[in-house]
Amino acid sequence: MNKIENQKAWFFVLPVLLLVAFNAIVPLMTVVNYSIQETFGDNTFFWAGVMWFEDVLHSERFHAALGRQMIFTFSILAIEIPLGVAIALTMPRKGFWVPVCLVLMALPLLIPYNVVGAMWNIFALPDIGLLGRTLNAIGFDYNFTRQPGDAWFTLILMDVWHWTSLVVLLAYAGLVSIPDAYYQAAKIDGAKPFAIFRYIQLPKMKRVLTIAVLLRFMDSFMIYTEPFVLTGGGPGNSTTLLSIDLVKVALGQFDLGPAAAMSLIYFLIILLMSWVFYTVMMRNEAQ
Amino acid sequence: MAKITLQGLRHSYMPNPAEPSDYALQQLDVDWEDGGAYALLGPSGCGKTTLLNIISGLLTPSHGQVLFDGEDVTQLPPDQRHIAQVFQFPVVYDTMTVYDNLAFPLRNRGVPEAEVDPRVREIAEMIDLTDMLDNRASGLTADGKQKISLGRGLVRTDVNVIMFDEPLTVIDPHLKWQLRSKLKELHQRVKTTMIYVTHDQTEALTFADKVVVMKDGQVVQIGTPVELFERPQHTFVGHFIGSPGMNVLPCEVKGGKAFYQDIEIDSWNAGEASDAAGLELGVRPEFVSLSESGVPVEIAKVSDAGRFQIVDARRSDQSIKLLVPEGTLIPEKHAHLSFAADHTQVYRDGWLVRGGQSV
Repeated sequence: MNKIENQKAWFFVLPVLLLVAFNAIVPLMTVVNYSIQETFGDNTFFWAGVMWFEDVLHSERFHAALGRQMIFTFSILAIEIPLGVAIALTMPRKGFWVPVCLVLMALPLLIPYNVVGAMWNIFALPDIGLLGRTLNAIGFDYNFTRQPGDAWFTLILMDVWHWTSLVVLLAYAGLVSIPDAYYQAAKIDGAKPFAIFRYIQLPKMKRVLTIAVLLRFMDSFMIYTEPFVLTGGGPGNSTTLLSIDLVKVALGQFDLGPAAAMSLIYFLIILLMSWVFYTVMMRNEAQ
Repeated sequence: MAKITLQGLRHSYMPNPAEPSDYALQQLDVDWEDGGAYALLGPSGCGKTTLLNIISGLLTPSHGQVLFDGEDVTQLPPDQRHIAQVFQFPVVYDTMTVYDNLAFPLRNRGVPEAEVDPRVREIAEMIDLTDMLDNRASGLTADGKQKISLGRGLVRTDVNVIMFDEPLTVIDPHLKWQLRSKLKELHQRVKTTMIYVTHDQTEALTFADKVVVMKDGQVVQIGTPVELFERPQHTFVGHFIGSPGMNVLPCEVKGGKAFYQDIEIDSWNAGEASDAAGLELGVRPEFVSLSESGVPVEIAKVSDAGRFQIVDARRSDQSIKLLVPEGTLIPEKHAHLSFAADHTQVYRDGWLVRGGQSV
């Protein structure tokens, strides 16, 4: 085979390069730009080196927000993944109810984020909300605007309600792709229902579940609108997740340097953890 | 091991079947001898897989009974029938090793590990997987996976019958032959009843002692490969088995003699046939030869098939195929054909004429 040298082919890549430059590289570089400079307003900037990064990494406030973020993300993952798989397992594989179930499942995913926040805010209000009032009526002292525990409970419940469907749909897609022969072979081999789940269904769902975990991890780590509308980060700072804290720093206090450094660290954490997740979950595949 | 009897079996996938065409399986009465190697042969959609699933218990028939050694198992689920099945697409438990795959059916039945281990090793030896016992099953090639499926059947000591549902479909051609002879060898070794479903005549004829030929949900003939070749009970069998298939020509019978377009043809069963509509003569290309006199034909096409040549002869738009050994001189245009009398038979409405009536 003779290779034909044709450098002109690079021109085909040019449109994509421009697009990526304008929607990713250029905005990212402006953030990098802010993160290494100090400004006192009036549009003059001074070199600051890695000062802001050091500040952020040593700041207690950042540690606290990161901690809350971790707790939030791992709680919802621990609930949504098993719950989603369980729901997908109980859904019918064929017949009239399939489209009905799928549409019902997809509904929460179609609601805009701020609407979800507003809905749950009203739903959970202790005096007029259905959830809040009911809980109080049956004897719980529930008030998500005053008690941090209740705020967390509502926040996690809201996310589970909003996003478990995604896991269900992905897991369901994995389940329906299993050929009947597997179930028949398992029947003949005398496998019990748990063995069928453990050795057929779960392995066959592995790829879609990896995608589900990744998507839910990234999305929940970046979550902003829903908790902002629901609790606004309160009471106090108890539900101030990373993104909410970031907005407070950037737009509330207008500390551009620290905010930019925080954004970059935030971005790197998501990138790194996604990579770790993916590598760990795909590790067995390679063997 | 067991003798399998199918009694008055019929099956329809519809809730209220009325017409015969609503049935995927027409009336079926078949005995499968203990320890036999059977092939279930027929074109796609003839009901082979339906029949197989009824025997294995994955499907309950609309009518009739399935007996294992005289005992009615029609309502029993697959795991209580002690059967094993190898599917068209290899089924292995991806996350387990080859060893665990083979041990799976035993462990599910609560067999102690001390008994599982020697049994698994024995079977692995049989199917040549000893070297791979510790490998992950997902890494094996298609034929290796198919061997595991088979091994999961062999590993159990209580298996009545092992069924194969077109097991070589996804296997590379050069491995098909190997795996097929492996199956044959294993059958001779373990002597378990085996039923092999296929639409490939080569697979059926090489594997089985007895071939069950099916068409449109009906069994048309049960016989040894030789019987199917020499005495097809139905023109379909003649056509479906053999390459090229049997020549089927319209004929008349007058006074115990068969006539094809007013030319008298010697046929071993013409004497048993009475003159009626729907009579046909069947003769395999192997038993047609070129001769000095006989049926005058035009030679239309000659194709070389290695050790012999396939000659396509024409008589008034009807094609008669014959096989001649390589190197035989074939006339350019006009020729005469003769048919071997003891392999030329009369059919009525498709069925072989026997004792005055079609069977």
